[in-house]
Amino acid sequence: MTIHTLSVLVENKPGVLARVSGLFSRRGFNIDSLAVGETENPDVSRITIVVNAESSPLEQVTKQLNKLVNVLKIVELDPGTSVARELLLVKVRADRNARGQVLETVNLFRARVVDVAADTLTVEATGTPDKLDALLRDLEPFGIKEMVQSGLVAIGRGSRAITAGPALRAA
Amino acid sequence: MTRPTPETLAHSARRARTAAEASGDADQTRAASPAVPVARPAPAQVSGAGSLVRSLEALGVDVVFGIPGGAILPAYDPLYDSTVRHILVRHEQGAGHAATGYAQATGRVGVCIATSGPGATNLVTPIADAYMDSVPLVAITGQVARPSIGTDAFQEADIQGITLPITKHNFLVQEASEIPRVLAEAFHLASTGRPGPVLVDIPKDILQAPTTFAWPPTLDLPGYRPTLHPHGKQIREAARLIGAARRPVLYVGGGVLKAGATEGLRRLAELTGIPVITTLMALGAFPDSHRQHLGMPGMHGTVAAVYGLQKADLIVALGARFDDRVTGKLDSFAPDATIVHADIDPAEIGKNRHADVPIVGDARHVIDELVAAVTAERAAGRTTDIADWWTQLDDLRERYPLGYEEPSDGTLSPQYVIKRLGEIAGPDTIYVAGVGQHQMWASQFISYEKPQTWLNSGGLGTMGYAVPAAMGAKVGRPDTVVWAIDGDGCFQMTNQELATCALEGIPVKIAVINNGNLGMVRQWQTLFYNERYSNTELGTHKHRIPDFVKLAEALGCVGLRCETAEEVDRTIEMAMSINDAPVVIDFVVGKDAMVWPMVPAGTSNDEIMFARGVRPAFDEDDI
Repeated sequence: MTIHTLSVLVENKPGVLARVSGLFSRRGFNIDSLAVGETENPDVSRITIVVNAESSPLEQVTKQLNKLVNVLKIVELDPGTSVARELLLVKVRADRNARGQVLETVNLFRARVVDVAADTLTVEATGTPDKLDALLRDLEPFGIKEMVQSGLVAIGRGSRAITAGPALRAA
Repeated sequence: MTRPTPETLAHSARRARTAAEASGDADQTRAASPAVPVARPAPAQVSGAGSLVRSLEALGVDVVFGIPGGAILPAYDPLYDSTVRHILVRHEQGAGHAATGYAQATGRVGVCIATSGPGATNLVTPIADAYMDSVPLVAITGQVARPSIGTDAFQEADIQGITLPITKHNFLVQEASEIPRVLAEAFHLASTGRPGPVLVDIPKDILQAPTTFAWPPTLDLPGYRPTLHPHGKQIREAARLIGAARRPVLYVGGGVLKAGATEGLRRLAELTGIPVITTLMALGAFPDSHRQHLGMPGMHGTVAAVYGLQKADLIVALGARFDDRVTGKLDSFAPDATIVHADIDPAEIGKNRHADVPIVGDARHVIDELVAAVTAERAAGRTTDIADWWTQLDDLRERYPLGYEEPSDGTLSPQYVIKRLGEIAGPDTIYVAGVGQHQMWASQFISYEKPQTWLNSGGLGTMGYAVPAAMGAKVGRPDTVVWAIDGDGCFQMTNQELATCALEGIPVKIAVINNGNLGMVRQWQTLFYNERYSNTELGTHKHRIPDFVKLAEALGCVGLRCETAEEVDRTIEMAMSINDAPVVIDFVVGKDAMVWPMVPAGTSNDEIMFARGVRPAFDEDDI
């Protein structure tokens, strides 16, 4: 099994996410992470899907995804030639005694404190999944009260861009 | 009993003829790309419902099958004055299968209409059926009004969500102004590329809203670009392999019929001399009487066809999908074969079996280009002698022909009934089967010579398909004799549509192969469950409940019964002579007949049984 990151460009219409995610569950795949948002073209949304799968069943899912009428383009992003990031918000227990140490960790990871309470700090961090895992590992001893993570978003390096292509611009 | 008047019959025949002329022959209909069309009516102020009906008219729809209800009711008002004929069925499942039968018999898009909630969910089975068999179907459903969606309103069901995995695409209409475009897109999607069902769900308030009907609309399907023309390099590679193979076969699926590629197939077969195997979905794509036809592959295929695939060194798959009923245990299927796989759906290629030469394209283009490429190969002298291969296959055909034994208990043989029906009704008849033993016998013992003469539920295996599908086929081709061959189990699922046939002037003929049991299930109990017949006896023999003759008469049909071999021809001929009403024949046949040959489910094709306890002796040394 290998981790694959798929960028799926879809028409920005109601129900499209259900069609895409439904295909994965029907074919027995677990989605590790999923992020959806508008692109430079408001008629197009980009779904970034991370799955752990063998290559040949994944190829079948990709072909099935391509058959969805609302799917415009699918690109698999190679980790070596793309930039991938997640966003993490985490509420860490940090009373007066621990606060200094927590802040030190936050600074080490170039994360930011976005909210302060008497006994907690809320930390915002972005980075690769590996970096965020490391940050969480270091924060864990203080006590993590709550955390929330975005899905991975990824974009290819260099000047080449993935776009929906001329078909959509004409529409 | 109510009989259709001659006027009704003439009317329906006239409509169908006009529609057929308008759309050209069946072969051309499907290839003609956007289904969006011909008429250019002036923009008009109408309701959403009016826009729907005007769109159907503009799309050239001549008939729809449906049942009204609360949410779809606004559409039935303009339909009342429309040129579109609405056939009022008795159950929405009947509407769906009728639209499927219509589509399979004519090559045009079949249309069914239902209301929200239970009306829509009753369409689920025929939609799934059409999805599995790639049938161009458009299902139109009413939905509760937009403000009520999501409130568990009366007769609300999320039919768009429910049909997501069983449609090629579906729509929930958001604005009345979208109706013409959505309908045109639905017809385009259903009928082009790999055909399939498309559902259009329309909320009631949208049907009631005022709107402007303007035609033709502009399709907005940027993500839909089916590949029709194959890649030249792949075609040349396929032709090279064909020229070099010593044990080649053409494995032909339903895609060849859908593409209208049967003439090309014949040219390719005769040019190369390669044996042809047609799947259950492709019967009629290549004449059964042709010397090169080995028959049907798979679980109940001929020994020669199963062996032909299994021992081939080259399989050229055309519009077929390596279904489990064909391959048997996949990892022992055709171990020595190089695979050329041509299909219009890229997702089928390599799905079950790795394709050495993948070809994406419409079967008609693929076959035409293969003919040209093979001709070039042969002109260059690159061809092999496959006479040895034919010697082996001919030997198998001779030793293991399709056949059956007369029942030892003196009961009527179901195979004999079906064989005689095929011989008497002939190759111009459309045969429509349900699912089970009778379906397999109908595929084996009737000779199919022409495309669009064999309709059945192949992929989903929907019991109850035959009666409504036959109804739809007869509506689409009123001048053709339509025989449904049904089982007593299947017949009891959907026979209510015979009332529709009787009232609407649709004189189908139904042969109920009544063995008093769920025959195929019983066969498996005989073979794999120690003859423990749990819940397969239907009582149609023992108690004669229902009495199919009386049932037929109650539904406005002519009911006949046949219990002996001597009566078979006479009864069939009597049914053939009745053309002003539906006819049902209750063929009371023995319950112990089995379908042979058989590859038991989940086993290798090498394990094919010619009859109970009899395995063919393949001469392995020849290979």
